[in-house]
Amino acid sequence: MNMTKRLRKTEGFKIVGTRPQRPDGIEKVTGRALYGADLSVPDMLHGAVLRSPHPHARIVSIDASAALEMPGVRAVVTSADFKKQAKFFMQDTLDNCMARDFALYDGHAVAAVAAKTRKQAEEAAAKIRVEYEILPHVTEVEDAMKPDAPILHAGRSYRNIPEGNNANVTNYVEFGHGDVEAGFKDADLIVERSFKTAATHQGYIEPNACVASMGPDGRGELWVTTQGHYMVRDFCAPFLGLEESKLRVTPSEIGGGFGGKTTVFLEPVALALAQKSGKPVKMVMSREEVFRASGPTVSSWTDVKIGMTRDGKITAAQAKLRYQGGAFPCGTIALGAMTAFAAYDLENVQALGWNVMTNRPMQASYRAPGAPMAIYTVESVVDELSQKLGLDPLEVRLKNAAKKGTKSSYGPTFSDIGLVATLEAAKNHPHYRAPLGPNQGRGISCGFWFNFGGNSSVSLHVSPDGTVAVTEGNPDIGGSRASISMMAAEELGIPYDKVRTIVGDTNSIGYSDTTDGSRVTFTVGIATIKAARDAIRVMKGRAAKVWGIDEDAVIWEDGAAKPSGPNAGEFPPMTMEEIARNAFKTGGPIAGHYEANSDGAGVSFGVHLVDVEVDPETGFTKILRYTVFQDAGKAIHPAYVEGQMQGGAVQGIGWALNEEYIYGADGRLQNPGFLDYRIPVASDLPMIDTVILEIPNPGHPYGVRGVGETSIVPPLAAISNAVSRAADVRLCELPMSPPRVLAAIDAKG
Amino acid sequence: MSKIHVTTTVNGDTVEYLCEPTETLLDVLRDRLNLTGAKEGCSTGDCGACSVELDGRLVSSCLVLAAEAGGKTVATVEGMAKGENLHILQEKILEHAALQCGVCTPGILVAAKALLAKNPDPTEEEVRFWLAGNLCRCTGYDKIIRAVLDAAAEMRGA
Repeated sequence: MNMTKRLRKTEGFKIVGTRPQRPDGIEKVTGRALYGADLSVPDMLHGAVLRSPHPHARIVSIDASAALEMPGVRAVVTSADFKKQAKFFMQDTLDNCMARDFALYDGHAVAAVAAKTRKQAEEAAAKIRVEYEILPHVTEVEDAMKPDAPILHAGRSYRNIPEGNNANVTNYVEFGHGDVEAGFKDADLIVERSFKTAATHQGYIEPNACVASMGPDGRGELWVTTQGHYMVRDFCAPFLGLEESKLRVTPSEIGGGFGGKTTVFLEPVALALAQKSGKPVKMVMSREEVFRASGPTVSSWTDVKIGMTRDGKITAAQAKLRYQGGAFPCGTIALGAMTAFAAYDLENVQALGWNVMTNRPMQASYRAPGAPMAIYTVESVVDELSQKLGLDPLEVRLKNAAKKGTKSSYGPTFSDIGLVATLEAAKNHPHYRAPLGPNQGRGISCGFWFNFGGNSSVSLHVSPDGTVAVTEGNPDIGGSRASISMMAAEELGIPYDKVRTIVGDTNSIGYSDTTDGSRVTFTVGIATIKAARDAIRVMKGRAAKVWGIDEDAVIWEDGAAKPSGPNAGEFPPMTMEEIARNAFKTGGPIAGHYEANSDGAGVSFGVHLVDVEVDPETGFTKILRYTVFQDAGKAIHPAYVEGQMQGGAVQGIGWALNEEYIYGADGRLQNPGFLDYRIPVASDLPMIDTVILEIPNPGHPYGVRGVGETSIVPPLAAISNAVSRAADVRLCELPMSPPRVLAAIDAKG
Repeated sequence: MSKIHVTTTVNGDTVEYLCEPTETLLDVLRDRLNLTGAKEGCSTGDCGACSVELDGRLVSSCLVLAAEAGGKTVATVEGMAKGENLHILQEKILEHAALQCGVCTPGILVAAKALLAKNPDPTEEEVRFWLAGNLCRCTGYDKIIRAVLDAAAEMRGA
């Protein structure tokens, strides 16, 4: 009995659920926190990259002789300075960092220079002579799939690609169950629509940056802004031919990532320049480089067909999704096809997906990669069906919602999930009943994300004064050091301010998967709680030793060891402070550690409600009111959970209304800057209201579910549905920029 | 090309530096004066991460030449706290959890301070429009706006 209670805790928390200040807060409000570009080291060089101005070209020759003669120049590197990789994915990632034989998109790195100053490096890079043989290019999904499209690389397609596709089509997936054709026959109404979404960028405010140094003994040091320093090491070491443990990677503070910093761009290049020059090398991307050469999302072209009965039951649902993920094969399409219908309990469902290569930068993850653009299409059609059948769109979703026991559209059967509770919360919220004015519309959408578990390591050290130092291996992108400290304090039964959590480098803590998949509070949380339990076990042993009783006769309560009952002996509680103070006399330093390999992350659902007003004269959409409902399992630090819900919603608002990669007919990116690639600013928005639901995840000791990604999924359809209702015309393409909305209004006559 | 000798005041201290004619105030703050609180997010004046005050006026330091700062006063995020005491805006940003990655925070703080010096009792809309030049990609601005309004109220009361 006691054991069960100990393993799962869903109430009676003292620290979990409160809102303490984050441990890295003071550094961040005083300007002292060090981000990627904030480190300078003695005798450092600066790197600059020469990038292809062509979307597609064969690199005939590279002549760096003039550049090497320039003042201050110490080294030039090209693809020839990196090791050939055996695995496709590794070679593709390397080729994306530095073009090998072919420049595959506008902005593709071709060579790099290290010089005494950044200016010297840039001037020298401009003197590198590259002879290109220009090749035909293609940047749009629909064009790249045409039979006569320019081909990026042949021979990269998986064997299951259906006949009739060209060699740009690399991946094909199918998910679903039942018989959709039979299901459509049972429908009273079928809606079939074709949608497009533009590629967007994660838009982190801190450009990619690093400082690398290398010795002739094969030892390297890398300081870098990244979501995963083990990932950086595991790419860079083989690219440079180093042994993994000889490359120590230290993560800086990270100025936003959202998935965009889950791969490498500059890092191997900086290491190669450091190796060749024998000096430390700092590299920082300009904003233009961030847009042209770091990962945007996929863009998509999707057909959706859904059948519904008069009373709102979905009889069959089918989606054909086509994603372009840039110049290399890309598996994001599978995530799109898996998530498209995940919110529904369907008898007949089919999702088919194709990935196609284009002359664009390699796609990088962006918050729930693949899901927002897929769920946008499905939620738009569900809304249109509800509207045409005169049904309440929220009731229709409740009627078809996935629940415990539902066989999901992507295969597994759901266990405890919170979608129905989340929809009910939206239905009962005053927002759902608030009156709307002229030209105003309300939109709703469900959202879903899998969440991941994986590997993370935690060491927890009890200092001689009884305070606790936690070292973990996951860069903190949204306040996770606070939630980790809270979980350690909760488990140990000590105050929050007695714990300090830091992120260790690759050589000071065990392997940890990248900070992605909404996995940190979940997995590092598990590792922290178990490391704390490990330390408690040691401390109970020390108390038992002092008391001369059996270790099993000691319990841990409120930060102190106590005898388990009168039979164990009469001893006053021995506090953690006392145990720590005497540690060197009772067996040495006290620590706990845990290396998690976790499963059971627990899927997450969200529902967003939005009110908009569309100006019929200009097509401009104003967001009037926005409410996010999301199941957090258990919110460790509710303020940062709200922050994830609000931040994701606003990124989704940008995606829905403004943001897009625009390529010209010349294959060049037209808007590589924040002026023309417009992310939401404060004056675009209202407050973003949040409702946190807590349906405990059985896979976590405190019930935590990841919360970071789900929130970007619903805004696309929620806003599209609101705009469509406000303007009384269905919008099927993102972003819904004013000219596009105005054209739709004009077209309806 | 010879360097320019500049004497200016940064956070109350007289400082001197030599700079290239093309160097920006942001470059000098970060690379010559080791004040890395102001960040370079774009170098085109679109993101506000490099916000500083120049003679009491809010500017993007990436759009100011370092030579222009001669004889003027520069205030950066590093000058906001006095010894152990944080500025009320800094306290409120922490209290409201109005930062996630924190890279925009120095710019937001400098900009908000400049707003409250001009307008101690701003409306929500006035705060939103004043901060429209400071991009934050993490928070959706909600908690930042609340923190600034809360700080304004407390500063008026103090």
